[in-house]
Amino acid sequence: MSATEPRTELDVAVEVNGEPRRARVEARRSLAELLRDDLELTGTHLGCEHGVCGSCTVLLDGVPVRSCLMLAVQAEGRSVVTVEGLADGDRLHPVQQGCLERHSFQCGFCTPGILLTAAALLDAQPEPDEAAVREAISGNICRCTGYESIVDGILRAAEIAREAADGHAGEGA
Amino acid sequence: MKPAPFAYVAPDSVEGVVGALVEAGDDAKVLAGGQSLLPLMALRLGRPSVLVDVGRVDGLDRVEVVGDDLVVGATVTHARLGRDPEVARVAPLLAEVAPFVAHAAVRNRGTLGGSLAHNDPAAEWPAVALLLDVVVTVQGPTGAREIAAADLFESYLTTTIEPDEVLTAVRVPGLGPRGGAAFDEVSRRAGDFALVGAGARVTLDDDGAVASAAVSFLGVGSTAVLDATVGADLAGRPPDEAAIDEVARAAAARLDPHDDLHATAAYRRRLAATLARRTLTTAVARASAEVAS
Ligand SMILES: Cc1cc2nc3c(=O)[nH]c(=O)nc-3n(C[C@H](O)[C@H](O)[C@H](O)COP(=O)(O)OP(=O)(O)OC[C@H]3O[C@@H](n4cnc5c(N)ncnc54)[C@H](O)[C@@H]3O)c2cc1C
Ligand code: FES
Ligand code: FES
Repeated sequence: MSATEPRTELDVAVEVNGEPRRARVEARRSLAELLRDDLELTGTHLGCEHGVCGSCTVLLDGVPVRSCLMLAVQAEGRSVVTVEGLADGDRLHPVQQGCLERHSFQCGFCTPGILLTAAALLDAQPEPDEAAVREAISGNICRCTGYESIVDGILRAAEIAREAADGHAGEGA
Repeated sequence: MKPAPFAYVAPDSVEGVVGALVEAGDDAKVLAGGQSLLPLMALRLGRPSVLVDVGRVDGLDRVEVVGDDLVVGATVTHARLGRDPEVARVAPLLAEVAPFVAHAAVRNRGTLGGSLAHNDPAAEWPAVALLLDVVVTVQGPTGAREIAAADLFESYLTTTIEPDEVLTAVRVPGLGPRGGAAFDEVSRRAGDFALVGAGARVTLDDDGAVASAAVSFLGVGSTAVLDATVGADLAGRPPDEAAIDEVARAAAARLDPHDDLHATAAYRRRLAATLARRTLTTAVARASAEVAS
């Protein structure tokens, strides 16, 4: 990306879910489109495509960003995690497990954005209270649930993550 | 792909950015966090032919303490302003305002320089910049120049930065001894653009009377508004509840807000009075704590 002339088509190299990926893209391609169309990772959803709904949220170097408001070429050299990268093989990520147990979602359109936002929250703040969960997902619109079940699911996820950590500590002792 | 086609370049120096802007002509745009520019392009309200990305320029994301001032690089994000300990220490108002800007995912990409250059009338940073008398540095083909906040924000989404200039840094002066500042806003939902917001800055003299004061507003016109008359009205007076209430109402009465889908002009003026009173009260309390210590 150190080319000095403006280009309408560029090569981009990004790490996605731990794997190096490359593609040649139009400059106007969004990161969301790179993920969905070039890399066939359609778990990332596109709703509004101008930053207001949150369904396209992915983790960029560990923090949530709107993949519709980022050009694919801006992700050059960075690390991206999508919803496909949350589970560890067959083992669900705590936010997936918690939201499953609490029936957090209905149609599933908002789900990937909320799961990644929640994963980043628990990473930064392992014991969030309800207010912190509501604040964290305030940029993610869900048209189905009324949010109660989502908040429950994320709080449950925090418990699951803590239980897992305690379990590990127990094993180690 | 929703935006019209364009060419993209990401120089690694400020000179490279300016060179690319000059080369591309009036139709080029600086791209920073993209949190305002890319939505406009997705809606085809903007169709630049070249985007010059400042995200790869070395050193533009620095936060430095210079004397009593804080110098913030143009590409420092809203999120960083909210969590950087140096920001909290030297310019605590910036740390306090950051969480009001959009949602976390937008704050992780959007930049201080981008917000000032964009000059949305409902954005927080232009109002804060006016209140704190910040000075921005811009670089163009003939070199660097400084623009005081008072001369920066021209009109709706328009600044005095030329198309071939790039904003590089924002110098935020310290409040000085016995100074306090505060910010507050009202929005329909957390993270939404505010209906109205206000910031206040107060400096007290040795006797606890007001030496200087100002209030700024957002969401009440085509660009943020600084009201310095508040300072003249309060000067030399003890900043008690009655005095603050009086000047806050007077400041709100001087505004000329608009009706829109979200609120009437009358409601915005009420909010402005309430927010001016609240922020002045907090700023005075903070300045008094400085006097006491
Ligand atoms: C859902 C949503 C909610 C939002 N809510 C708020 C809110 O509540 N409050 C708020 O203040 N903002 C809000 N924003 C906007 C956000 O704060 C933007 O990040 C900010 O306004 C622009 O910064 P940016 O770095 O993203 O700039 P960009 O979008 O990259 O650029 C914006 C404009 O500034 C110019 N520009 C950028 N950097 C420079 C530079 N260094 N030199 C010269 N010109 C430059 C660009 O050419 C462009 O014209 C919201 C955005 C979204 C998507
Ligand atoms: S699709 Fe990105 S925020 Fe709606
Ligand atoms: S489950 Fe349908 S949008 Fe959230």
